[in-house]
Amino acid sequence: MSQTVHEQPVTAAATAVDAARTARGNDDAYAVRLSNVSKSFGRGGAPVLDGIDLTVKPGEFVCLLGASGCGKSTLLNLIANLDKPSAGTIDLKSGRPALMFQDHALFPWLKAGKNIELALKLRGVPRDQRRAEAEKLLALVRLDTAYDKRVHELSGGMRQRVALARALAQSGDVLLMDEPFAALDAITRDVLHDELTRIWADTGRSVVFVTHNVREAVRLAQRVVLLSSRPGRIAREWTIDIPQPRRIESPDVSALSIEITDHLRGEIRRHGKH
Amino acid sequence: MASTDLTKPAEAEDHAPGAREDVAGLEAGLDALETYESERTPIWRTLVSKVLPPALAIAFLLLVWQIAYWAEIKPDYALPRPLDVWDAFMKTWREGETLDILWVSLERAAIGFVMAIAIATPLGLVVARVKWIRAAIGPLLSGLQSLPSVAWVPPAVIWFGLNNSAIYAVVLLGAVPSIAQGIISGVDQVPPLFIRAGRVLGATGLLGVWHVLLPASLPGYLAGLKQGWAFTWRSLMAAELIAASPDLGYGLGQYLNQGRDLGDMPMMLSAVFMILIVGIGIDLLLFSPLEKLVLRQRGLLVNK
Ligand SMILES: Nc1ncnc2c1ncn2[C@@H]1O[C@H](COP(=O)(O)OP(=O)(O)O)[C@@H](O)[C@H]1O
Ligand SMILES: [Mg+2]
Repeated sequence: MSQTVHEQPVTAAATAVDAARTARGNDDAYAVRLSNVSKSFGRGGAPVLDGIDLTVKPGEFVCLLGASGCGKSTLLNLIANLDKPSAGTIDLKSGRPALMFQDHALFPWLKAGKNIELALKLRGVPRDQRRAEAEKLLALVRLDTAYDKRVHELSGGMRQRVALARALAQSGDVLLMDEPFAALDAITRDVLHDELTRIWADTGRSVVFVTHNVREAVRLAQRVVLLSSRPGRIAREWTIDIPQPRRIESPDVSALSIEITDHLRGEIRRHGKH
Repeated sequence: MASTDLTKPAEAEDHAPGAREDVAGLEAGLDALETYESERTPIWRTLVSKVLPPALAIAFLLLVWQIAYWAEIKPDYALPRPLDVWDAFMKTWREGETLDILWVSLERAAIGFVMAIAIATPLGLVVARVKWIRAAIGPLLSGLQSLPSVAWVPPAVIWFGLNNSAIYAVVLLGAVPSIAQGIISGVDQVPPLFIRAGRVLGATGLLGVWHVLLPASLPGYLAGLKQGWAFTWRSLMAAELIAASPDLGYGLGQYLNQGRDLGDMPMMLSAVFMILIVGIGIDLLLFSPLEKLVLRQRGLLVNK
């Protein structure tokens, strides 16, 4: 596959939504399945999300891309069961999905290791196995020495890695990430992209990664889903088969980013016309 | 874009296995660059900066007092020398009564404080989390806080008689509102993100209260406890002073009251100072270190 990367168009399947939907319709293997999900806040409020159909296959890495305020976080909150959809159904194959926020959301009253152990405890892991398990997860995010560190003693990137380890401590095999690297500097973000790709490959989680950063989406995802704004609908999606690990500066990533950015801008521009 | 020939086929394989160590090294470098060791201030520095100034202030006040005595602003029986007060204190000490007196009051304060915590904590949690209960009794709680608890002494004596129940009633009416208020504002300050993060991890309902809400509101709760202690001690002294009776044991309030009955100013002042010192001492030895510990653990205390 790696040899064929530039022989075929990078946007191997820049198909329209409907085509993609029917294509997957027969395939019942899924990790998350949203059918016709809508959400509006308050009584009679304008819908934030409207008729979202989305299936995430087991082990798939999907990026949800959209302008700020288009309902990306709302959608993740629905999947994470932090909020109820106004209409439609959400099916999860297994357990409670893990959710990572832009802000690490680690508990400052617990040390890094204990944050992870709390997740293990709430999952029902017996006490005598928790420490070893937490250390294994810290090693996975390459923070072997951080077990006894206080949250405020860690840098931004380290905090997000501990948060990732905590999310991985949950039993569900779905990992939802809401712009988890948006607040980090570019160098750290690059490194974390590499780490996330590696961990995703190693753990086989299904990932739904929300971002407004097109290059980030193309750097990470197997499939990029573009959301329109007001109401949030699936506007278009791209399947990406550039082999991993990709580099965010690579021409393949850039080329596809440019294409997707044009579509994103088109979506945004529509709102200026009346 | 397929025509962009910048990617050499080999490059895709370039960052395969070796790349992993590369990232690890890069990451280790970033981590090292971004973390720092915070150093602890040496103990003598703390002593000089924390103990010396108040000691000097106290010495200065004693000096002012002594000068006022020399200047005969008030007659001797109304304004004794600092030394006379010391003598009065030492007299009680030599009679072996001081610790008994202190113990009577401290025991009552401790029992009253623990009862107040036991009542105020669930009360505060419920008021903080249940909307209509908050609307109903929230204003009442903050109103009660501004009511001097000494006002409860006469009715409490009539309801319960001249006994310990009356004293505990006054203490509770003084301390419960401020502890409850502390936990309410502690809960109010909990970032919603923590609650959501807890729910994602499965900490819902009582698990959420125990694993997230309570620890997250601990700083506000401790501030409430600290103030609750001050109210406990104040209310107790008011109650002991007003409800003085032989059946009630001999605490600091009764000691002060006896000084008044004897017209013994040094004895009265030594009682006042003991009340003051106990109040400050508990705060300094118990609540301040606890508060600092909690804030330091959470990185909320800036070391200067
Ligand atoms: N709890 C809420 N109540 C009312 N409106 C909300 C609420 N949460 C989000 N919204 C609205 O829904 C829209 C989408 O928000 P959000 O999902 O946070 O967008 P994104 O994450 O894509 O930036 C925004 O217009 C926002 O104002
Ligand atoms: Mg958002």
